[in-house]
Amino acid sequence: MPSPKRIGQIEFGLLSPKEIREMSVRKIIWADTYDDDGFPYPQGLMDLNLGVIDPGLRCKTCDQKASECPGHFGHIELAKPVIHVGYTRLIRKLLRVTCRSCGRVLLSPEEIEKVVGTEDDQTGDLLSEKDVKKERICPHCGDQQLKINFEKPTTFSEVVIEEGKKVEHKLTPADIRSRMEKIPNEDLTPLGINPDVARPEWTILTVLPVPPVTMRPSIILENGQRSEDDLTHKLVDIIRINQRFKENQDAGAPQLIIEDLWELLQYHVTTYMDNEVAGCPPARHRSGRPLKTLSQRLKGKDGRFRGSLSGKRVNFSSRTVISPDPNLSVRQVGVPKAVANEMTIPVRVTIHNIEELKQIARNGPVRPDVNAPCGANYVIRPDARRLRLAEGNLDTVADMIEPGWTVERQLRDGDVVLFNRQPSLHRMSIMAHRVKVMEGKTFRLNPAVCPPYNADFDGDEMNMHVPQTEEARAEATILISVQENILSPRFGGPIIGGIHDHVSGIFMLTHDMRWFTKEEALYLLRYSRIERMPAPGKVENGIDYWSNKQVFSTILPVHLNMVFQASSCQNCETCKKELCERDAYVRIFDGILESGTIDKKAIGAFDGQIVNRIIRQEGMSRATDFIDDMTKLSIRAIMFDGFSFGIDDEDLSKTEYGQIDEVLKNAALDVDRRIKIYEDGQLEPMPGRTVEETLEMQIMQVLGKSRDQTGQIAGQHLGLGNSAVLMAVSGARGSMLNLTQMAGCIGQQSVRGERIVRGYDDRTLPHFKKGERGSDAHGFIQHSYKGGLNPTEFFFHAIGGREGLVDTAVRTSQSGYLQRRLINALQDLKVAYDGTVRTTGGRIIQFEYGEDGTDPTRSAFGDPVDVKGIVESILKEAV
Amino acid sequence: MSTKLNVLKHDMVPDHEIMSDEEVSELFTTYNITNEHLPKIFHDDPAVKMIGAEADNVIRIIRTSHTAGRAESYRLVVKRPKK
Repeated sequence: MPSPKRIGQIEFGLLSPKEIREMSVRKIIWADTYDDDGFPYPQGLMDLNLGVIDPGLRCKTCDQKASECPGHFGHIELAKPVIHVGYTRLIRKLLRVTCRSCGRVLLSPEEIEKVVGTEDDQTGDLLSEKDVKKERICPHCGDQQLKINFEKPTTFSEVVIEEGKKVEHKLTPADIRSRMEKIPNEDLTPLGINPDVARPEWTILTVLPVPPVTMRPSIILENGQRSEDDLTHKLVDIIRINQRFKENQDAGAPQLIIEDLWELLQYHVTTYMDNEVAGCPPARHRSGRPLKTLSQRLKGKDGRFRGSLSGKRVNFSSRTVISPDPNLSVRQVGVPKAVANEMTIPVRVTIHNIEELKQIARNGPVRPDVNAPCGANYVIRPDARRLRLAEGNLDTVADMIEPGWTVERQLRDGDVVLFNRQPSLHRMSIMAHRVKVMEGKTFRLNPAVCPPYNADFDGDEMNMHVPQTEEARAEATILISVQENILSPRFGGPIIGGIHDHVSGIFMLTHDMRWFTKEEALYLLRYSRIERMPAPGKVENGIDYWSNKQVFSTILPVHLNMVFQASSCQNCETCKKELCERDAYVRIFDGILESGTIDKKAIGAFDGQIVNRIIRQEGMSRATDFIDDMTKLSIRAIMFDGFSFGIDDEDLSKTEYGQIDEVLKNAALDVDRRIKIYEDGQLEPMPGRTVEETLEMQIMQVLGKSRDQTGQIAGQHLGLGNSAVLMAVSGARGSMLNLTQMAGCIGQQSVRGERIVRGYDDRTLPHFKKGERGSDAHGFIQHSYKGGLNPTEFFFHAIGGREGLVDTAVRTSQSGYLQRRLINALQDLKVAYDGTVRTTGGRIIQFEYGEDGTDPTRSAFGDPVDVKGIVESILKEAV
Repeated sequence: MSTKLNVLKHDMVPDHEIMSDEEVSELFTTYNITNEHLPKIFHDDPAVKMIGAEADNVIRIIRTSHTAGRAESYRLVVKRPKK
């Protein structure tokens, strides 16, 4: 293999007619493609000199077969020159800055120097149209210049004043070309053109290159008919018109007809280059579909760059809907049988595995049920021939297998696969899982791995890829398995952990003190891998009882010692520690939960204090086992009591409703009182604010406070027996604010942080008086979601809700673009062995990775060493 | 009122210093690089102007880092290209 070479420079230029003719292997003159026998016409668009696409034929230029011949260019001699659409801007500029008679730039050398600078001290600027005043006199030959009009897509005209009237005089491409030819080389450099590679007259085509047939192959339809490529269709049009043009020209047709044909030829050449030019109807296929011509092949998402070069489709991948299965390990992925039967892993036959592989081949391509051993779809002989396994030939093929053959075995339990969900925003978006073949048609995953993928089950689809080589499988298991990706490099904490019901369940299990009989305790622990039960916590009437905290402790590692506040902690001024009435002081001593409630802070995704400590102390593998045990225990726990939420969970008693009404009435009165003060001119403005702003702030404050009060009233009534409160306190889902809005009062709706003021003249809705400033006239909703909104409130709620939706839409698109640019800038950087961050060219970006050379997943939330954690686990008490 | 602003005295501006030829060659050997592999800084950067560095000088920038305490970085002074 040749060694990599450094690119010295890249030159961009135009193809000259001479170059086009030199690279052409054949002049194309006929618009026909194939004759009646299906053989290409000589000098037709499918000429054998341009390369071959039909198997069996040989290229007349290079004598190679269809698969080997790269194809060769031909050319069409155009009857008259036409403009290349891609260069209309350049042509317009050149026409406007150069003289119509002598071709020189319409500026004196001093004026040019002013813009471009001298040869030694260049400003970096180039001459532009703006530097030349319109209709001036040429400083070189003294000729009066005319205004050049340009009409999209390709029409240029001069404005001549005849008898006091402005008359547009059309410029033909031939006129333009002759003007371009007159521009001297020296005058092109200040315009930013290198005359050695791009003479301006080359932007006007006199000869058109015909691309090789290999880039516009015709396809043969099922009925045996040939269907030509869009480019071929377009070239046919061009040749036809060109031909007619030539004939008319030779026959001396009237000027009018010549002009029409010229314009038609221009249209066809234009749409051949770009079929989406402004001011030009797109050329269409017979079916009415616009043709996909040269520029359309490159542009856009499915174009050559974004569609074929930056991203491609891959084999050995599959995609389907995902659904949850809490009985799987987080390490596993449930794969439907249909997928497992289709996807294969090649296994080389050796003397050690020949019997096993023969049996697999004998099993054939159909797997009767998920527990049956896997089969194979193909076997590959040493000469690379593939033999398809089918019902009839299983035994014959299996008997032929010898060492050196390869068997393409189906997926089976335990195989390593890559699992991915778009958008792949961080490295945890692709992780390696172990296959578990299952019934059904969806991929199954443990809900605890949803956070890294940002997946839910409302119809999300995910992709699976099967690594094909031993190296790929080794890399997948060692580097990107779920187990290795529990810690996120974003914040150095666990990103995999309990969600939703896991948190509710473990909270319900561990909160306060409860006692379970042996039967109950074993019901809870049935799916967790525990080795032995601890001694019963108490014995009453001869019956053994285990506490809820004992049950949870069975899944903890033995040497775990830690102290922290649960997420239900209210941050009291003096912590009552073990005596906390909320049971929020978590203390684990030698692997036994002594006090406190396990909730989001302990085992949740993104927080997971216990998970984090187990990783540091016992390693990734133990932590994964813990997550598996924990999810299973919590699901058993939530099923033990049952958990549901309904409309009557938002009900309050009569006293509470009375209190809420009282609070809201007082708030409304308070607001009115303040408005009165303002209207009397007695309101003292706050520093830096106007009187109106002060009033608005006061009103917002009063109303906000009243809403919080209703929340407190509701909260007092609804205890932990209420599912919504339990979810909010444990951190599983929702907040007390959500509950306030459901049961108490929705509160002020706002647009851009202010009360709603827009709408009609001096009022938000015609229901109110003009200039009214009261709470309900500006979007305060005093009802709850349960109680229901009145019509004006409903409307204000829709206004506030819309703002939220717009905000999210704007945010996601903006942050997506930002992310894309960041990724593009950083994509090939790597940490070299000396700790520096370098580009592929060896250029240094950072002299020490992250300035401290530390992997964020191995540091303790930003600190290199978790001193507190280590001291805690040695002293076995809080520090 | 023409007291010149010394950007180096600003709290947010890290220390910049010009490196001697020996230091530069030592730097190049430790990282096994040539000057084209260094990060660059324009000659008209206010801090570069302040310490009087010229094109082709290598400057050392010493930052206080939240995680590492003190972090050194090196940059090659280059002329700002014309547009």
